[in-house]
Amino acid sequence: MSAPTARPAISASPDAGSGDGPWPHVLLAWPTVALTLLFLVPLGIIAALGFFRRIQAGFFEVAFVTDNYARALDAFHLERLAVSVVLALAATLVTLLLAVPFTYLLTRRPRARQVPYLVLVLASLSLSEVIVAFAWSLLLSRTSGISNLLVALGLMDRAASWSPGLAAVLLAYVFIALPLAVLSLYPTFSRLDQELPEAAGTMGATPLAGFVTVVLPLMRRAVAATGALVFIFVLGAYVIPQTLGRPAQWTMPVHITDQAIMKNHLPLAASLAIVLLVVSSLVAVVIVALGAGRWPRFALPGRAR
Amino acid sequence: MSASRPDLVIQGLGKRFGATVALDGVDLRLPGGSLVCFVGPSGCGKTTLLRVIAGLETPTTGHLLLGDRDLTRVPVHRRDVGMVFQSYALFPHLTVAENVAYGLRIRGVQRRERLARAQELLELVQLPDVAGRRIAELSGGMRQRVAMARALALDPALFLLDEPLSALDAKLREGMQVELRRLQRRVGITTIIVTHDQEEAMAMADLVVVMGDNRVQQVGPPLEIYRRPVNRFVANFVGRNNFLPARMVAPGAVEVAGVRASVARDLPVPPVGADVTVAARPEMLRLRAQAPATPALRGTVSMVRDLGRAVETRVRVFDHELVVSGRGGFAEGDEVWVELPEAGLVALAA
Repeated sequence: MSAPTARPAISASPDAGSGDGPWPHVLLAWPTVALTLLFLVPLGIIAALGFFRRIQAGFFEVAFVTDNYARALDAFHLERLAVSVVLALAATLVTLLLAVPFTYLLTRRPRARQVPYLVLVLASLSLSEVIVAFAWSLLLSRTSGISNLLVALGLMDRAASWSPGLAAVLLAYVFIALPLAVLSLYPTFSRLDQELPEAAGTMGATPLAGFVTVVLPLMRRAVAATGALVFIFVLGAYVIPQTLGRPAQWTMPVHITDQAIMKNHLPLAASLAIVLLVVSSLVAVVIVALGAGRWPRFALPGRAR
Repeated sequence: MSASRPDLVIQGLGKRFGATVALDGVDLRLPGGSLVCFVGPSGCGKTTLLRVIAGLETPTTGHLLLGDRDLTRVPVHRRDVGMVFQSYALFPHLTVAENVAYGLRIRGVQRRERLARAQELLELVQLPDVAGRRIAELSGGMRQRVAMARALALDPALFLLDEPLSALDAKLREGMQVELRRLQRRVGITTIIVTHDQEEAMAMADLVVVMGDNRVQQVGPPLEIYRRPVNRFVANFVGRNNFLPARMVAPGAVEVAGVRASVARDLPVPPVGADVTVAARPEMLRLRAQAPATPALRGTVSMVRDLGRAVETRVRVFDHELVVSGRGGFAEGDEVWVELPEAGLVALAA
């Protein structure tokens, strides 16, 4: 600042901040800078790697070729991309269908009674995707899985193998995403004024009608944000589809891993990763926009405008 | 008052939350079409009783009857009540008209019809121009009216209000008391208002239910509650009162500090010989400079406060301080006689 004239201290120049000196800026800056660098630099490297040329039976050399991106967008990989997105969307939908009513009912309980549920939900978050995938592959197997228990109980004739398959993949996806969804929904739901659904009840709304016409519209942003979070989380999983899925359920992360580690084709793996990143970001943006915009009209007779 | 409105009868109603007793043996008959106030200090169970009547809480014991219809196990959405919540509980994602029309929408009434009905109700609460606004754009007083319009939209059998005026400032509150009373007269719906403000209850109600300690302490018209409290709790909670230790010396007569005075005989009084507490309203007592012919207690003026509409004189009488409300005319330190009125004293179990 060059102005030498006396100014009221209260209208200090913007770079003077709130007068606390540089420390707040430094403290805020270092994680921001570190995260930005640790995110953007590797991202740039991967994006660039996609244009490098692969050397047969070797590594890669710096070049500018478009073959890798072209291959990442060929019919086979586009189909894999579609399968990945549809699977993740299905898992997101099932997760929300379970997590939203669960969290709503949980937050209507007295606070002390909520604690055991929250502790259990948090505890299951400590399991990694790898453990979950292998645990379910055992639980769903014919030799030592749950079906043996059902046979012992007389509910089934003989043990069956439920893995690998679509259902097994979805089940494990929902299993890892559910606690995350509950924790993401919990703060908003616990702030909901309990008198709002009660008021709906006094005006003749059944608990379900009150939930659909009052609670959901008020919670739609939180539900959409949670949906986007779950979608991205599930889309990134690769042990689950690889372990519990048939080749038909192998998602992009499985193929990226395959190219990067098994086939040693890093440039193709990089270009696949960039395509997946762009598509998943777009889908997440659409999900959040759905939440911020109008809630889809429900089957109730002509909603008032 | 509409003769077709059935009475609300509450029999032996109790409510527990775990080990906590919230309501204990409540018996009430509330005449159809009347305006009833539940009044009591916070935590006395009045809001719980209202919520049980609304169907938002299930009673642990007892019954709830509207005419010959047993409401005890009827869920809230089939109970036919309109309720104004303390927070108003207006839906922030809907417009004012959509809020008022919500119950009609749930019933499947066509949009045009229900919005026309919402407009009628908004006119009833004197808000004809706010139909299209969002709730966030309304003042506290307007929200209160919208909440009332919404509660009345389905022409309910019971109109329930939980501390409806507590969020409003004093001036607005007084205006709303009058307006709420008028509105209730016009629609004729049996109305129950929960309030902690005994003056509010006195100003609005046909019938006051004084609650304390999770049970009903007294039920009656406002004036009766004021003049003939049945126990010390009611005498103390409703209005201001002076309390003096005394002894029953005859039916209808007590002795206070050696002075014999008469007490009200139109309510059950303790037996002769019992120690009692005599309650006397500040405005029932008169100050005299000379000993009157009527029963009076001698004392010294300890403080004088001119409150505008009356002068409050505090008089030290043996080891008690009596508050007398009247025209004043005495100064601190004056020797005075406090005249005990012929009919204004109430003897309560000590």
